[in-house]
Amino acid sequence: MNKVENNKAWFLVLPVFLLVAFSAVVPLMTVVNYSVQDIFDATNRYFVGVEWFKEVLRDPRLHDSLIRQFIFSFCVLLIEVPLGICVALMMPKEGRWSALCLILLAIPLLIPWNVVGTIWQIFGRADIGLMGYYLNAMGIDYNYAGNSGDAWATVLLMDVWHWTSLIALLCYSGLRAIPDAYYQAARIDRASGWAIFRYIQLPKLQSVLLIGILLRFMDSFMIYTEPFVLTGGGPGNSTTFLSQTLTTMAIGQFDLGRAGAFSLIYFLIILLVSWLLYTAMTHVEKGE
Amino acid sequence: MSTKTLNSSNDFAQAAKKNKGIALPFTKGQFGMVCYLLFVLVPIYWLLNMSFKTNQEILGGLSLFPQNFTLDNYRVIFTDPTWYNGYLNSIYYVSLNTVISLLVALPAAYAFSRYKFVGDKHLFFWLLTNRMSPPAVFLLPFFQLYSSVGLFDTHIAVALAHCLFNVPLAVWILEGFMSGVPKEIDETAYIDGYSFPHFFAKIFLPMIRSGIGVTAFFCFMFSWVELLLARTLTSIDAKPIGAVMTRTITASGVDWGVLAAAGCLTIVPGVLVIWFVRNHVAKGFALGRV
Amino acid sequence: MAEIHLKQLAHSYSDNPQGHKDYAIREMDHVWEKGGAYALLGPSGCGKSTLLNIISGLVTPSEGQILFDGHEVNALTPQQRNIAQVFQFPVIYDTMSVYDNLAFPLRNVGKSEDVISAKVKDIAYMLELEDVLKKKAKNLTADEKQKVSMGRGLVRDDVSAILFDEPLTVIDPHLKWKLRRKLKQIHEQFNITMVYVTHDQLEASTFADKIAVMYGGQVVQFGTPRELFEKPEHTFVGYFIGSPGMNFFEGSFQQNELYLEGHKVALDNEMKSKLSITPYNQLKLGIRPEFVEVLEADSPLLSNLGKDEKGAEALLASCENCFKCEVLLVSDLGTYKIVSLKLGNTEFKARLPEEQSVPKGSAYVRFPGNWLKVYADEYLVD
Repeated sequence: MNKVENNKAWFLVLPVFLLVAFSAVVPLMTVVNYSVQDIFDATNRYFVGVEWFKEVLRDPRLHDSLIRQFIFSFCVLLIEVPLGICVALMMPKEGRWSALCLILLAIPLLIPWNVVGTIWQIFGRADIGLMGYYLNAMGIDYNYAGNSGDAWATVLLMDVWHWTSLIALLCYSGLRAIPDAYYQAARIDRASGWAIFRYIQLPKLQSVLLIGILLRFMDSFMIYTEPFVLTGGGPGNSTTFLSQTLTTMAIGQFDLGRAGAFSLIYFLIILLVSWLLYTAMTHVEKGE
Repeated sequence: MSTKTLNSSNDFAQAAKKNKGIALPFTKGQFGMVCYLLFVLVPIYWLLNMSFKTNQEILGGLSLFPQNFTLDNYRVIFTDPTWYNGYLNSIYYVSLNTVISLLVALPAAYAFSRYKFVGDKHLFFWLLTNRMSPPAVFLLPFFQLYSSVGLFDTHIAVALAHCLFNVPLAVWILEGFMSGVPKEIDETAYIDGYSFPHFFAKIFLPMIRSGIGVTAFFCFMFSWVELLLARTLTSIDAKPIGAVMTRTITASGVDWGVLAAAGCLTIVPGVLVIWFVRNHVAKGFALGRV
Repeated sequence: MAEIHLKQLAHSYSDNPQGHKDYAIREMDHVWEKGGAYALLGPSGCGKSTLLNIISGLVTPSEGQILFDGHEVNALTPQQRNIAQVFQFPVIYDTMSVYDNLAFPLRNVGKSEDVISAKVKDIAYMLELEDVLKKKAKNLTADEKQKVSMGRGLVRDDVSAILFDEPLTVIDPHLKWKLRRKLKQIHEQFNITMVYVTHDQLEASTFADKIAVMYGGQVVQFGTPRELFEKPEHTFVGYFIGSPGMNFFEGSFQQNELYLEGHKVALDNEMKSKLSITPYNQLKLGIRPEFVEVLEADSPLLSNLGKDEKGAEALLASCENCFKCEVLLVSDLGTYKIVSLKLGNTEFKARLPEEQSVPKGSAYVRFPGNWLKVYADEYLVD
């Protein structure tokens, strides 16, 4: 669409600008302010420049949780994207059943994140949880509170349960936008199921998948509430992700300077990775 | 030529035979779908199951259905003001946030979809980066900011804080829908003598109804499920249900029954909302961009 | 290549069809012979696309059988039937190049790349797509896209049949003619059974050897373009084919005599006996505008007319199938003229050579007996 040049349009975006600026700029400045000072209490604060940044970058806690975080986000994308596409392909195309499937699929998305944690906390317990009980009954020694492998698996399973629906619903709406004629032509051309997926469905899913992957990356990279409720970051530090490390640092230990520097680095990492993902995926779209 | 034709007729005959295999009563896709839906529903079923049990029964042993069906857990929630106020608080700030997000995002999305102006691209990108900033980063500054302007522990504080990620999303979704409306509509309306506000309210908004519905759905959803900011910005008067739920964990152990009942009740508003927008969901999840 | 036989075929989109109205295809029996070039002609909504989709296997008919070379293929998929079909609007695979698009149907059946390359180049040459072979299909113009869609159907020369569903709708008029020629050439070269759906009679008659005219879910006539013109078997064919369409008059058959708008019409004994045994509710008489004779001033009838009223009446009575009628309008179309006339309450048209003059007010016309057709309940009595 050809847009008209008109700077008066700024008046239309002004409310958004002010509102978001109020919630974003002031706190961000505060964080920047923290990150360059050493704060003991309200009156004793010293300017320390980039010292905190240097220290945080050398901090093994950050390294560990950053690595955990990347592995986690990677696993999340690796499982949820293909699974979400499969679910979308399996959905009924129209009618009452498709409406029912849509509603049921959307339910996990609409549950408060702490309740998601609670559901899985209960579900996985060996004494009162259906899954934990039957896994143990089958002779599998499963205990997410004691074994870090089990904890990881549970957090991952919980995230898959929670968010695969988002990818599935995005892909479903993408698939619905493909005209019937494409499927008919493919059948006439004797395309195999795989070829239909590869040359008709996947190309049409590109734009929604871009949105889906970006959202899933951002949100999984910021995950806090669910694992906090489920495992509290444990056992040990095995499921302590970046957000939790940060929250502990800022609120638990009131280590504001370090937390401020940490926050900014955290934010920049998300920005950078999102940008890389975005560029890579739009490049694939154009380049092929 | 004749042999080739003969071959091909044999092919038809063979293919016809091949097709007469064993017919399953359902397809692989349907089977997979049912399996996945079971995976989605079983944990919720378990929560629901627990909410109808007494704590003795929950801790006493595993049963797939409540043996002593009880509504006591729900009675606790509906009779204790701390509990039900938690729900009211959450619903209040979520609705407030949805309304604010829509009100500011509608004109902005229109501007982005129709006009070029100084810094438009940067502004749009900056808005989206706010969707990428981890709430954990802002906990403390938010607390200080809202305390200093005297909004701490009010519904409006949470509603405003949630605007941080909901407004950019709302602008983004609405912009997608609005770009799908041909510009000629605007021009015709102006020629017909409509003023901008009149045109916007009377003609334009009805055309993107489903987009607005879907945006409201997303705002509701992301505000409803968020707890970290909501908990940080409230203490008593505007305390969200998610924070109230920690009450079940006491020194003497966890009140599993009430926890499960409270959890089940948090699912209800979401289901109601999705029910209302179910016909727009397929289109809406593509965010107007397919 | 195969002979396609539609046996007592009918199709309804509703689960529980009640009467004719619920049927998209009403029961029919039809044979497309091996290697023929056919057109399926009819107005939109007459069921021609449904019929095409039934042949290709995209739609399973609710009743009856489809036989390919005598074998029932109802349960077979389009893949198994080995049918090529070209759709009304271009369907291309966006992410592939034009070459890959054309090669796609061949790759799907595992042809070797050498064979594919030769075949694709062949088709690209025929459709004049050679220059864009390396381009991404997404970036083509609408008619290039449609040529690619057609090309995908044409690369497969081992198919049972190629079906075209109004393939030239989106193509520029000057290209249409060219592409139709190409299709005809391809048909002559490979002798593949081709069925071409269209609502344009010109398109149908330039492409096909035989045309099936569909109306209300039925094939009402199947014949050469000439047969459709000279002997329409259904009033719809008369009306739909030709420009302007056939004229129809109210007819009646009483006491072994046939009347047109109340005037007696000459009829041979064979027809009389046929009519007397044919049950019907309504009788119509039809004649094409091309065959209506408007009598000229120097004809014996007209030259005697002024002299003696009685004599003229007698002459008019002696002239077989001659009628006096009102002249409403003369439109001159350059190489011929169309005269609108009125006989009784029925308006009709005559097509006359450019040089013939038409009297004002009233004129005398003659309907030659061999071109005047009788229709009982819309079907030709013959």
